[in-house]
Amino acid sequence: MCRLAMKTASEPFSPFSVLQAMEAMQEGYDGSGLGLLLRGLTFADYKYNASDPILSGIAHTEEALARLDHIMDKAGFTLKYDHEFEVKKAMIEAQDRHKYILRVYKLPAAWSKLAAEQVEYELMLTRLALRADGEAHGNDLTAFSLWPDVAMIKEVGWPLEIGLALGLDAGRILSRICMAQGRQNTNYGINLYACHPFFIQGVATMTNGENTAFIPIKDWLTGRSYPGYIGYQSDSEVFAHILHYVTKKLKLPLSAYKHVITPLKNEELARHPQGDFLRGLRDACRRLIIDGPNAVIGTLPDETSLLVMDAKKMRPATVGGKPGEWAIASEMCGVDAMIPDRDRSKDFQPMREHTVIIPPDRQELQIWSQFDQLSIPQAA
Amino acid sequence: MVSVRSIVNTPSSLTPNDLPWIIEHREERCTLCGRCAAVCPVGTLNLKYMRKRMPQLVLSATERGSSYKTFVGIRQSTEIGKRCIGCGTCSLVCPNEAIQPLQNPGRDRFRFVNNQQGEPAKRGGRRNVPGASLLDRIIFDRISMLTDPALDAGRHEFSLNTLLGRVLPPEEYVRRKLSGEWIPPVREIFPFIIGSMSFGALSPNMWLGLLQGVAYCNEVLGIPVVMATGEGGCPPWVLRSPFLKYIILQIASGYFGWDEIIRAIPEMQCDPAAIEIKYGQGAKPGDGGLLMWYKVSKIIARLRGVPEGVDLPSPPVHQTLYSIEESVMKMIQTMSMAWNFRVPVYPKISGSTSAKSVLNNLVRNPYAGALLIDGIDGGTGAAYNISMDATGHPIAANVRECYLDLCAQGKQNEIPIFAAGGVGKNGNVTQNGMALIMLGASGVHMGKFMMQTAAGCLGTETNRCNVCNLGICPKGITSQNPKIYRRLDPDQVAQRVVDAFMSIRTETKKIMAPLGRSQSLPIGMSDALGIDDKDVAERLNIRYVC
Repeated sequence: MCRLAMKTASEPFSPFSVLQAMEAMQEGYDGSGLGLLLRGLTFADYKYNASDPILSGIAHTEEALARLDHIMDKAGFTLKYDHEFEVKKAMIEAQDRHKYILRVYKLPAAWSKLAAEQVEYELMLTRLALRADGEAHGNDLTAFSLWPDVAMIKEVGWPLEIGLALGLDAGRILSRICMAQGRQNTNYGINLYACHPFFIQGVATMTNGENTAFIPIKDWLTGRSYPGYIGYQSDSEVFAHILHYVTKKLKLPLSAYKHVITPLKNEELARHPQGDFLRGLRDACRRLIIDGPNAVIGTLPDETSLLVMDAKKMRPATVGGKPGEWAIASEMCGVDAMIPDRDRSKDFQPMREHTVIIPPDRQELQIWSQFDQLSIPQAA
Repeated sequence: MVSVRSIVNTPSSLTPNDLPWIIEHREERCTLCGRCAAVCPVGTLNLKYMRKRMPQLVLSATERGSSYKTFVGIRQSTEIGKRCIGCGTCSLVCPNEAIQPLQNPGRDRFRFVNNQQGEPAKRGGRRNVPGASLLDRIIFDRISMLTDPALDAGRHEFSLNTLLGRVLPPEEYVRRKLSGEWIPPVREIFPFIIGSMSFGALSPNMWLGLLQGVAYCNEVLGIPVVMATGEGGCPPWVLRSPFLKYIILQIASGYFGWDEIIRAIPEMQCDPAAIEIKYGQGAKPGDGGLLMWYKVSKIIARLRGVPEGVDLPSPPVHQTLYSIEESVMKMIQTMSMAWNFRVPVYPKISGSTSAKSVLNNLVRNPYAGALLIDGIDGGTGAAYNISMDATGHPIAANVRECYLDLCAQGKQNEIPIFAAGGVGKNGNVTQNGMALIMLGASGVHMGKFMMQTAAGCLGTETNRCNVCNLGICPKGITSQNPKIYRRLDPDQVAQRVVDAFMSIRTETKKIMAPLGRSQSLPIGMSDALGIDDKDVAERLNIRYVC
């Protein structure tokens, strides 16, 4: 088991508050790692333009850092801001962290002619080039994300300690969304890339539970020959890639995600207004059906957040909050820690058919059921 | 020494001890009722009068020194055509447990002389490789008991069905669906399929029993079992019945029965489950179907449009075809068109190192609905021993190779691979089937297992019985002689079919639950497989465990 906490708020807040929520749920993880994803960033010592890409990662050696600079220079990126963490090295388990990277770049001038979709593709390729370079040099360079308005931190250890070690309690970084997960995927070996949340082209997910259908799903995604569908140090990485595939490749609405990963049964589809379409979708996406107990929390580039459960609702997760501020956590005490002053009677624990969606305006929760009509007019 | 000519001795002379099966007859228990001799399918047993000398010491000169006793006993014929086949029907009918066939513990000499008049030995049944098969040795070792709350095979819901038919890539599906274009037909079926056994190879009672059982599984238990017909067509009443939807109609190189089928199309109440085009079978690659004359009865002759009592050997290949490309173009598309593109059409081939090239051709044809590969351990109604024993390819590596090839192309969901050949040959049908599924098959076909479990087929891997080709099946499974097949009650066969599928369903859940799988059939879940043989593990790309 592991624990998840996510907060989304109209007013930027410190990620440290989410780490404190993680602490409230600490019985559920083993201190093997922390993953953080921040969106909607504000820096205390830099006025950030939200369209500039941010590179997150770790250079484990000076040489790796030099290579990183070289790759980014060569691609045409201009460094605009280099966030220096106030690192307390003694508090960090791993001793080979030369520099935690959180840098704002200006997009290469040559990309100004590219369509938005092409820019997104190139950003992904650049991140993958950095990753490949690190892997070719004994994993001395780790690249988590390269995307506008997204920062990621992954490290081995207890979440609160890592937060303190990196000075996240100082309030120098604030964000409107913070996703945190409190354990590495120990099913498949410790690896920084195995730490949730997982990220691809602005789409991020983190998961509580094991995906037992991992290998067939991984095999299928790998077969797409899409450069971003790699990694898979964790069985949960496929959740992010499936969300990416459904929304970006199939261009289906967010509500279709649940129909892909946990499709309805035949007798349920027979009663569904778009049962025929959904049954075909289930067949076509059959290798993407997840299995095992899972609570999946995701966020999208437009700051939409979502929460879905496995088809048997075998993992816990609660969402609660108030207009402008919402939290999702594995346990109620996690939600309590993030938003104590909410109406708890309105907390919601999604069941197997639900997709909880918190839209970017954060005014209310949308609870969408698989039994509802899907917003694809032609498919009816 | 007596002279050579005074004893019977030809090159093919045999004694009971040279035969594969030796009758053990306990004369002290025998009541001489004669049932064994009457029932013996090959007529090997004879009631014989015999004389025994009773030596006695007599001192009187007027009396003879010895007396003779006449008695009646059971004797086993040593004629090649009448050798004991080990079926054990004699034991079944003996009221006193006085008789049974025992397997010759030494090397029988029969195998050297069973090619009389230049005709190599033929048999029905199986490949005869005793001991645990490779599939029996694959275990499921990725147990999710602590990393997951374990599933409960008895209480949780499981989705066990598989898909038969061409599945579009998701992008193409969404595009076609939204623009109202043709979507290839897909059937959702139970992954254990009753493999193709023809109406002709099987007796009418066996066929009826299977169909009854399949209908019950579908309509009462909700297990969507389908069965394949084999080459001999389908009884006309079935073609016009609502049960046709449970049947995969096979077309093979002899095209037997297809007159009836084509004529029945306008009167069909529903579409068949699928059309199987047989290009080859695992038991006898390179041979067409063979229904020997013994089994071409009046009804079979009518159904197949041939005279009674003639051998029906199908050609080894479809005579109109020269290549796989042509085959795909002509046959798959023609058969699809016959049912207006509403029925999945797929080829069946023998396991072969060339299976991948067939597969890759199918991948490029939008009408191909699946590929069925039949491995060397597959059974048959009749084949030359040499074909059955030594020709073909084992199924596990063949399926795995093809699946990984599809994975490399990202097409593993588009063309389902079905596997056959030795599934359940030692009784471990669910284990064998699930191992193949986790190696990459979408489902498995089983023939011999169904005959054994549902009708009590006497065959074993030690060459017991195996006379399916001769129409003398002691259980009435593969005979067209009403005197024999009356022994088989279709209702009882149906009951056993249902027993078998209920048990397979439970066992499948018992395999999936500890692996943490319940939402979909674990096709290609090779991380859950292990075997205690390094070479096999490497070849199949699964884990070596010890």
